[in-house]
Amino acid sequence: MVSYRTPLGRARGLGSAKHGAGHWVSERVSAVALVPLVLWAVYSVLRLAAGDYGLAVHWIQEPLNATLTALTLAISFWHMHSGLRVVVEDYIHKPSTKTVLLLLNLFICGLAGALAIVSILKVALGAGIPGGV
Amino acid sequence: MKRRDPPKSPHLVTGGLGSPLLWRWHITMWTSILHRATGVALYVGGLIAAAWAVSLAAGPEAYAAFKALLGSIPGKVVMFGLTVSVFFHLASGFRHLVWDAGKGFDLKSANSGSVMIFAFAAAATLAIWAIASQMGAL
Repeated sequence: MVSYRTPLGRARGLGSAKHGAGHWVSERVSAVALVPLVLWAVYSVLRLAAGDYGLAVHWIQEPLNATLTALTLAISFWHMHSGLRVVVEDYIHKPSTKTVLLLLNLFICGLAGALAIVSILKVALGAGIPGGV
Repeated sequence: MKRRDPPKSPHLVTGGLGSPLLWRWHITMWTSILHRATGVALYVGGLIAAAWAVSLAAGPEAYAAFKALLGSIPGKVVMFGLTVSVFFHLASGFRHLVWDAGKGFDLKSANSGSVMIFAFAAAATLAIWAIASQMGAL
């Protein structure tokens, strides 16, 4: 079918071209933030893996550890959502499947991220060792 | 007579038995697809980190069960894979930031950068696992 509409006319109404850059920039900004945070997290995982529950509770009750853990989780889940969104958009072309996967990605990252941070705060702000000594 | 398949791009066929492949994997292709693959692996890693936080909040039994799961042989295999993925994605992600700054696009830098990414991922993974065994974290 030959279209006599101008390129501008065909592009109109298909959505603004002004939002792509925002996603691109936020993916990079979160990447930059994650460089030091992930190195710190690897070191922390080593310390926690060598210890037991009591050590983990004392560790997370240090304000700096709680803050950095919550930040690492929040920015990681943000970055995970950005990254997997691009993967879905690149490889899944069927509109219904794509929509379902994009929603799942958002909901999984939102739920897991919120759950993880609330759990961290519960232990970090709780006095003593919950359910323990 | 059976219809012949439409011609394919010459870069996707060997050109018949015994002829050399016209198409081959380049190291930059490996770093490109592995950046995505390790990113998807780290998505699972993020969910494991969330499970760690939830188990910590759930109490000593749940936390011990979580640690036992990660300390098992399959758990260690997963953690080793995640260690490789973290360091590969970190190095490759750093290179993406360099590329985003408009630098390092020439063939020589792209190739040598790819070699460095693989070398860093391997060296950092081995170092971390050696430190982990020293610390009694395994």
